[in-house]
Amino acid sequence: MNKSLGATGLILNEPLLWERGKKGRCGFSMPERDVDSFPLDGDILGEGPDFPDLSEVEVIRHYTRLSQWNFGVDTGMYPLGSCTMKYNPKVNERHAALPGFASAHPLLPPVLSQGILELMFELEKYLAEITGMDAVTLQPAAGAHGELTGMLLIYAYHKKMGSLRSKIIVPDTAHGTNPASAALCGFRPVPVKSNEKGVLSPEAIREVMDEETAGIMITNPNTLGLFEENIREIAEIVHAKGGIVYGDGANMNAVMGIVDMGKIGFDIMHLNLHKTFSTPHGGGGPGSGPVCVKSHIEPFLPAPRVIEKKGKFFLSDEFPESIGKVHTFYGNFGVMVKAYSYIRTMGPSLKRASQLAVLNANYIKETLKGTYDLPYDRPCMHECVFSDRLQEPHKVTTLDIAKRLMDYGFHPPTIYFPLVVHGAIMIEPTETESKEDIDRFVEALKAIAKEAAENRELLLKAPHNCRVTRLDETTAARKPCLTG
Amino acid sequence: MRFLPHTDEDVASMLRAVGLTDIDSLFSTIPVDCRRTTDLNLPEALSEWQLNNRMNILASSVATFPEYRVFAGAGSYEHYIPESVSYLLGRSEFVTSYTPYQPEMSQGTLQAIYEYQTLAARLLGMEVANASLYDGATALAEALLMALRITKKKRVALSSLIHPFYQQVVRTYLGPTGVSIDEIPYDKDGRTDYASLKGMEDCAALAIQSPNFLGSIEKLREAADLAHDNNSLLITAFTEPLAYALIKNPGSEGADIACGEGQSLGIPRSFGGPGLGMFAASMKHVRSMPGRLVGKTLDEEGRLGFVLTLATREQHIRREKATSNICTNNSLCALASAMYMASLGGTGIKELARLNYDKSEYLKGQLKRAGFSIPFKSATFNEFVVEFPDGFESTYKQLLKQKIVAGLPLAPWYPELYNHYLLCVTETASKEDLDTLVREVKS
Repeated sequence: MNKSLGATGLILNEPLLWERGKKGRCGFSMPERDVDSFPLDGDILGEGPDFPDLSEVEVIRHYTRLSQWNFGVDTGMYPLGSCTMKYNPKVNERHAALPGFASAHPLLPPVLSQGILELMFELEKYLAEITGMDAVTLQPAAGAHGELTGMLLIYAYHKKMGSLRSKIIVPDTAHGTNPASAALCGFRPVPVKSNEKGVLSPEAIREVMDEETAGIMITNPNTLGLFEENIREIAEIVHAKGGIVYGDGANMNAVMGIVDMGKIGFDIMHLNLHKTFSTPHGGGGPGSGPVCVKSHIEPFLPAPRVIEKKGKFFLSDEFPESIGKVHTFYGNFGVMVKAYSYIRTMGPSLKRASQLAVLNANYIKETLKGTYDLPYDRPCMHECVFSDRLQEPHKVTTLDIAKRLMDYGFHPPTIYFPLVVHGAIMIEPTETESKEDIDRFVEALKAIAKEAAENRELLLKAPHNCRVTRLDETTAARKPCLTG
Repeated sequence: MRFLPHTDEDVASMLRAVGLTDIDSLFSTIPVDCRRTTDLNLPEALSEWQLNNRMNILASSVATFPEYRVFAGAGSYEHYIPESVSYLLGRSEFVTSYTPYQPEMSQGTLQAIYEYQTLAARLLGMEVANASLYDGATALAEALLMALRITKKKRVALSSLIHPFYQQVVRTYLGPTGVSIDEIPYDKDGRTDYASLKGMEDCAALAIQSPNFLGSIEKLREAADLAHDNNSLLITAFTEPLAYALIKNPGSEGADIACGEGQSLGIPRSFGGPGLGMFAASMKHVRSMPGRLVGKTLDEEGRLGFVLTLATREQHIRREKATSNICTNNSLCALASAMYMASLGGTGIKELARLNYDKSEYLKGQLKRAGFSIPFKSATFNEFVVEFPDGFESTYKQLLKQKIVAGLPLAPWYPELYNHYLLCVTETASKEDLDTLVREVKS
């Protein structure tokens, strides 16, 4: 085990940006001044920002050192549940940086931006095929933005039907973004509990679904990593009362090429290109959250939309029932390029990616079962959820286990979510982790369980090998210091 | 497949470990009637080399600088981006990490975003800036929602010279809320006509963009007084924050919330996204703000460190009572802009802003001299409106063939501004480019 322990390297301290530099330096190659200076009204003139002046070398060293304090997928296994931290192919970055894409002005006439429009048109087609839905908008900039778009679509649909509805069903296993997105459209989230098997029962939905309810937001596979096996019946119950089924596709990585999202009753769903389709998460974005819909929702999709006429591509605003724009321009095109590139690299073997993602998760579930408590002992999809119940007698919590994992060189899993599992440890390995890496991860978690029983101090004080130890989050929130 | 490490032997032994014999049985919990009956109908996989060709072909069909001279701004600006910034931004420790929920392993992102918040707040003259939102339009929509929460009023007033796309996004966001939106007309100088604004008492916010969509610098102080006299908030929007290195910033003019697009600070245009939603406010409203915030703190041994903070505003804690639904934002773009602002420095950014101003003033002067009308008299930054004579449309199309995009026609958004074009000049245009443009539009 010692071999796989994380180690401390030569990590250098680095001051804050403005503690470096000296007035008069500049790390930017100023273009030649080939015009005269023109007068400017003194009432308008400001003082300019108080930024430090740095040389290029100082800027490079500053950010290089900061980067070394970070852990990414390229550093090691990053099994954050519900985040799908799969490998981000490098060639995708090359494509997004091609001058024709990266330097393109968004208001170019279509005749000058054909390649971009063609890529967007094709990407929409691929995403429709992968999900089994009819039409796609690429405008939403992230998953939660896709959810908001979905809620706006539901609102527009009911408005057209002449029935404004006030509620929406949101299971207790949902991501926090679900109720927050619904609330933005004035829908009151109605929580429902999952059953003892960790999934929704048709009865629970039947009980709350009525004609005041706009629909349901349902994540499938759900955040316990389980397939909502009653989904078709649930969709029928919601549809029978005139409701709409919204699918949160954050966990699509489990079921590409396996489940037909149209067939299971989804009317609307979003995808996260920064999860399922391999675009990097960037330490918190940019992402992209396309929304896929069935044909009865299509008229309401955000405009403009890419259309094709005789082999040429255009942006069209001719959608009178559209909810309008949700993004300044057309969404995060730079992210779309990467997802397109990934889909063209994988082709139909996207299905293989899902199979291996599910295999990896089940393998972890089976090998850690017994060492950690597994509240729902059933075949899982792309992630599995443990708890800290077996470590409780040693007065060791999920947080301690997560922090100790860092010392072993792994990013911790998602913790304390979903809320329905007390002290949840939610592990999503993704398909790009090899068996050896997973074995090392499992071995580390087993070693930590042993330490919890024999030397709990090691866990309480963890992490030991990071640049900082545990941080005082209480004071940070009580006396916020947000700028320097 | 080069991203999938599993050998047949791995798969077999892992299946054995989970007690199965074939990979399909992993999906036994999925009812048969939920499954696909056909294989994915996608094009066959391409090799890296085939894919490079495909992408090169698509990208090469697009008109971009320097082959094309694109004198168009309107919310997306061509600025030089130092190679050092692009290079640093490729550091995979930044690129391939998640939102920094585990601070001990994410101090790089956290310190960098704390520094971004600081630089953004200093540029905008505000007390606090968040870690980013998606883009300028959604930042404005979030600002209006925040003002509605703070004031508990049900009406907002928007300048008609806010970017038309921002106005559209605001209408989409506010659609289901029942909030009424007043549109404030503009005056003959190309600025918002505050005089036309009546009955502000029930307005949650007055939203003004400066420099506005026509490039004109607004009288923000007047707007601030008007808003504050009526117990409403002044929201200032922007599409070109480089302006604040030259002109007075929103904070010094009395803005309560400053928000907009940060693409011009070192982020490629990428056909309009990803950009950077910048969002700043005063500290007294910090608990009503949307988005992530990074705060300074200490570790157990007293060392300086950074964490995500004030999470009780956020969806993962507060669910439907959160200040916003935002989760993934545009962190890497915020980092890019911080690197860019650091590279310029205080001295450099002022010089660059002045150069942008002077170049656009030069073009303005040359167009005037060539006999074209500059209809709006107010001072502008980077962008301005010119009125071309009837029939200019065909000249415009002719120029496209000569690889010149001579601004953007304003008529699609402001039908009364027929024959009016919005021109944009940044440091990337040389005097020679500007002279060529004037010569060509005249011919």
